[in-house]
Amino acid sequence: MARTFRISRRKALSLAGVSAAAGVGAGILAGRGTPEATATPADPDLLAYPFYGEHQAGIITPAQDRLHFAVFDVDAISRAELIGLLEDWTAAAARMSQGGSAGAFAPDAGPYEAPPEDTGEAMDLGPSGLTITFGFGPTLFTASDGTDRFGIAARRPRALTALPKFSGDMLEDRISGGDLCIQACADDPQVAVHAIRNLSRIAFGRASLRYSQLGFGRTSSTSTAQVTPRNLFGFKDGTANLKAEDPAAVEEHVWVAEGDDQAWMAGGSYLVSRKVRMNVEPWDRTRLSEQERSIGRTKGAGAPLSGGDEFTAPDFGMQGSGGRPIIEEHSHVRLAHPETNGGARMLRRGYNFVDGNDDLGRLDAGLFFICFQRDPERSFIPVQTRLAGSDILNEYIRHVGSALFAVPGGATEGSYVGARLFEA
Amino acid sequence: MTTARLSRPAAVAVACGVLLATACTPNATAETSEGAADGLTVTSTADECAVSAATAESGPLTFAITNEGDQVTEFYLLAEDGLRIVSEVENIGPGISRNLVVNARPGSYYTVCKPGMVGDGVGRTAFTVTDSGTTVEASGDEQAQIDDAVANYEAYVEDQVDQLLDGTEDFAAAYSAGDDDEARRLYPTTRMHFERVEPVAESFGDLDPKLDNREADLAEGEEWTGWHRIEKDLWPPADPPYTPLTPTEREVFADQLVEDTTTLRAGVQGVELTLDQLANGAIALMDEVANGKVTGEEEIWSGTDLWDFQGNVEGARVLVDGLRDLLDAKDPELAATLDEDFASLEAELDKHRTSPDGAAQRDITYVSYGELSQADVKALSDRVNALSEPLSRITASLLG
Repeated sequence: MARTFRISRRKALSLAGVSAAAGVGAGILAGRGTPEATATPADPDLLAYPFYGEHQAGIITPAQDRLHFAVFDVDAISRAELIGLLEDWTAAAARMSQGGSAGAFAPDAGPYEAPPEDTGEAMDLGPSGLTITFGFGPTLFTASDGTDRFGIAARRPRALTALPKFSGDMLEDRISGGDLCIQACADDPQVAVHAIRNLSRIAFGRASLRYSQLGFGRTSSTSTAQVTPRNLFGFKDGTANLKAEDPAAVEEHVWVAEGDDQAWMAGGSYLVSRKVRMNVEPWDRTRLSEQERSIGRTKGAGAPLSGGDEFTAPDFGMQGSGGRPIIEEHSHVRLAHPETNGGARMLRRGYNFVDGNDDLGRLDAGLFFICFQRDPERSFIPVQTRLAGSDILNEYIRHVGSALFAVPGGATEGSYVGARLFEA
Repeated sequence: MTTARLSRPAAVAVACGVLLATACTPNATAETSEGAADGLTVTSTADECAVSAATAESGPLTFAITNEGDQVTEFYLLAEDGLRIVSEVENIGPGISRNLVVNARPGSYYTVCKPGMVGDGVGRTAFTVTDSGTTVEASGDEQAQIDDAVANYEAYVEDQVDQLLDGTEDFAAAYSAGDDDEARRLYPTTRMHFERVEPVAESFGDLDPKLDNREADLAEGEEWTGWHRIEKDLWPPADPPYTPLTPTEREVFADQLVEDTTTLRAGVQGVELTLDQLANGAIALMDEVANGKVTGEEEIWSGTDLWDFQGNVEGARVLVDGLRDLLDAKDPELAATLDEDFASLEAELDKHRTSPDGAAQRDITYVSYGELSQADVKALSDRVNALSEPLSRITASLLG
């Protein structure tokens, strides 16, 4: 059997003269217990994050540049088959995240008269920071008719229910909901796509793709080492995001604690995804003054309109001309800010998307919003309720897709993601 | 309609004060503005207002103001008498930079900053504009033209809302009485009055959701009233099955509609608008078309989007025509472009009108949105974009 651990990829081989091929991965991984502690290797293609651990990777991992997010519906299979799928996915994801193949054989190895186990398009690419994060939707636990599909209905966390309808929601069923999600993030788009492609192939007969979304240009920074990126409105997005370097805040707002609800969710988090279409053409025709008023920050530096630089805290009490608040009541920054929301925070990890254009010649573009939080009922839901009600930006956006997933804690080596859910 | 629009007209007047011989366009940040490189810089602190030069040549001037104090500041260019505001920029937060673009005529001026936004300001300094030889559009009667345009438009708004109320009363009566055919005839033709003045009509924040919320605009548990509630009852969907409103419920919704429209009418009586509200209103109307009407999302039950579309376009046209003299003086090229683009959009829309030219308001008819082909919608959308792009420059052109 061919070695699949990294050595099948060109970048790894190019380092063979420096260290033994089998040790390359370990060399890069040495000395880091948490993803944020990673020392960036000289070649960014070689960046690899550990797959196994207390938490799944891809949450507080510094946001990579590219996303392929996929949602699956599970077929009418047995509980044992579902567990089998999660085991297979876990094994494949663990290998791919370290630059290996999806299957036991490299794409150009294995039986000559059989199709290659791995589809091969990532053969010459490094791990490129790939993380693969799994989540469980409400319908995995209880079907819409109330059926306990896999004997886990009693273990469904309280928070894992369909999100409420928010004002202005124009959700399309085909890009909402779903039984399982996989978030694949990497710095190379082909690596992320390769992961989803191979994981869907592994699932055939057990689960099928409901929808998937490509994203680019991460719209949030999840580490202070990253510059704040811009969304397709041209504004910096996620300045006040939770950062991995603030472990106390991450502990309080991102990770589910042992006693929160269902024990199997400890070390996990809740993922909310929202596909937000932006009406970029009308936005582009909007005066700069109105754009800044809508956001509540300057377009260039991203400073709050109350002054300072990007990271200066907004002063919502500051009066502007005419006695009106200098940061408008219905500006996005004010409505979304923790100060307005009883301290509610979440870790945002969204990506821009452009799915070509629509029939009217308008870019089908926007933000694929993803956030992680300890309890959506205390963070995303109240914040979105506030935003949906009166955010000035609502004029330029519409929410077309929506989902909520329970993301279990990380797997230990030899086990699989979500194992605690199925343990007696 | 989204509720977001409600605060727009209230805020548009923020940037510009008295518009006289010159006007203001505070916009780009200093670092990125092309004008800033060879323009003037102003540093505002607690007790100073340092302008990089004391003279400049007449024509377009850019002041790049940086607030180095720790209070919100304002910058003013005052006339020779030191009192009259020629141009100003407000709301500059600490550490923030903003540009003021002024089309300045030769003469004597004063510059002054107002940290804290109270008192007489600091660093009052004489500023001289010498004659560059370039004629700066000097129109002693510009203010009069502005006043006329604003007054005419305020009257137009009142008139449209009066007609809206008349139509609404007749519509509500027909609907309450169960005369569905008449109600269906009056629905789109009455709504056109609203659509013509939509940016003003929807600026009454608490009224707009009651009058114009679509089903999608509702949050969970929120009560649905207004035009679109009744629309669904008059054009009930087959799937999922729809339960018609009872006669009593009809009356409740109809009465509420009349009551809310009466409140709206009271609100627009004596409404005071500004030049930038007029200009931005035209842009906002075309945004309405692009965001809802051209996509058929405004009238999903009745399919009467083209009436709304026409109403928005007419409203924008009224605004642009009313600003015509001013625009001809400031930017004749833009005026000509807008004429062409309005004409081609109107021609495209006319292809789908089924009533004869000059039909009475209540007899105007269009094809249903559902009858448009994808190519028809694309052609309309292209013309909307063609008009909206140049139209979006009108505020800067008029004020700059």
